[in-house]
Amino acid sequence: MKKTGKTYIIKDDVVIRDTYTIVGKKEGQGPLKDKFDMVIEDDLWGEDTWEKCELKMQKIAVENLKNKNSLINENIDLLISGDLLNQITSSSFAARALELPYIGVYGACSTMTLTMGLGAMIIDGGFAENVICVTSSHFCSAERQYRLPLEMGGQRHMSAQWTVTGAAAVWLSKSGKGPKIKHVTFGKIVDLGVKDANNMGAAMAPAAYDSLNQHLQDTGIDYDLIVTGDLGTVGKGIVNKMFNEDNKSIESKYDDCGTIIFDINKQDVHAGGSGCGCSAAVFGSFLYKKLLNNEIKKLLFTATGALHSPTANLQGESIPGIAHCLGIEV
Amino acid sequence: MKYNKDNYKQVVDEFTPKNKMLKNCVMAFIFGGAICLVGEIINDSFVAWLGISDEEASPMTAVVLIGISALLTGLGWYDKLGKIGGAGTVVPITGFANSVVSPALEFKREGLILGTAANIFKLAGPVLVFGYFSSFIAGLLSMLFK
Amino acid sequence: MNYLMSFVIGGLICVVGQIIIDTFKKNNAYLLVFFVVTGAILGFFGVYDKLVEIGHSGATVPLLGFGNSLAKGAMEEAANKGFMGALSGGVIKTAPGVAAALLFGYIVAVIFNPHGDK
Repeated sequence: MKKTGKTYIIKDDVVIRDTYTIVGKKEGQGPLKDKFDMVIEDDLWGEDTWEKCELKMQKIAVENLKNKNSLINENIDLLISGDLLNQITSSSFAARALELPYIGVYGACSTMTLTMGLGAMIIDGGFAENVICVTSSHFCSAERQYRLPLEMGGQRHMSAQWTVTGAAAVWLSKSGKGPKIKHVTFGKIVDLGVKDANNMGAAMAPAAYDSLNQHLQDTGIDYDLIVTGDLGTVGKGIVNKMFNEDNKSIESKYDDCGTIIFDINKQDVHAGGSGCGCSAAVFGSFLYKKLLNNEIKKLLFTATGALHSPTANLQGESIPGIAHCLGIEV
Repeated sequence: MKYNKDNYKQVVDEFTPKNKMLKNCVMAFIFGGAICLVGEIINDSFVAWLGISDEEASPMTAVVLIGISALLTGLGWYDKLGKIGGAGTVVPITGFANSVVSPALEFKREGLILGTAANIFKLAGPVLVFGYFSSFIAGLLSMLFK
Repeated sequence: MNYLMSFVIGGLICVVGQIIIDTFKKNNAYLLVFFVVTGAILGFFGVYDKLVEIGHSGATVPLLGFGNSLAKGAMEEAANKGFMGALSGGVIKTAPGVAAALLFGYIVAVIFNPHGDK
């Protein structure tokens, strides 16, 4: 079996051929502003509703990715996507427009690595040659569903994170040139009892630690950079502490997309960015370009998700976290 | 992993930033006080113009404050005030009005009946349920004891 | 003088609310319910009237005042009409506010559009 411990080994080439990222205005004003492919002017982008805007972001990301690389539907075997909304609305309706065989998945904010991990295994298993992985999140549609109405008075807590408005489409292929996915670790759910939906970083940190630890143990690889999806300042601190206590500090080469995508000091996002679009947009723009330029040769990219539901939270349940790792090498 | 549900809480507390309570309280005081001051001015105006008593003017003042708050919510300004003023914008009756308008406005895209109208009392519903319930109990108890 | 007391009393009541939000980290709905019920309790015991005397609008504008009106209205009507009074008294007394919230709220929601938050 192509496995070591709990980590899958991708034996043949699974190449990340290209990416396309679209983000919202606030993200476009952040530290990565020049690196995104497209920045939309407001939260509706000409559509009637925020949900329609989000699905448009997914749709256009895929279409532009295809056009950039002269791909047509005949070349593409599968579309794997997911988002934060109930019934993964944005993904399903974007898939309706794209007319590709579609696998919808829900991984909350871990969706980017979940879709890419699945895509890699499907290609390496000989079942597909080209797979497109997509995910998105939208601040307004997510807040509306999970939290309080946007026009309501009141303050956000200091540990709260800002859901990123962003989408990314990633093209994985059996052939061609580019950074390769070499290892995939699907995490297990870890829940240490955090009930505060305003502190997602703390809720997800144990799962991130668990998956990262598993992956590093299984592969023994010395990565140049380890990046988590959206733990924010709070979760990042906790993960560092956990590894330090094991005497296996990763601090010098560890970062988090939630703290990369926004300028924490200037952009009033409290603990940082979150949402599927956070890890997706940062990977598709910033991290992917670093790999292409050989600035980093070995990247451990781990998107993290909070698999809670507002219903369960009201019923007194805590917030379960999950993290999926991709070992990417140039 | 050496952490479990029992000892993880300490780690969370160590890394979770505290809310700036002192600053928030000062702002709540200022904003809340200001809204009540506006209320007093409106109340006095009604008493002066209509020659009615304080008690009669009170519900009228409430209606005016509610109207202003609804308008500010619709314009998208109330949440900006709320960010700074915190509880100072939630506790006065203007906060109640804001909690009625904001979900109604937000769910408008699902239609004017099942979207807007159905969400009018999404957050304020509990206030009315518990308010009316307390009122009823107060009334009953007053019959028994007074 | 009334203006000053309105400002001070109203401000202090809001500070209590702020302490509750920051300490217990619950959202607004819980805070509103807490204040309404507390206002009703204080109204039942006749305590709130003293606060209204001192603080004027500082006591009537916060939601505590709304709770107070609910309790007082029920007690007044109960004295006249017994059970039916207890049931309807508070509702009647606070009807203008509730109706205003509902009507103005709906009108505003129809006219305006929700804003994002950038």
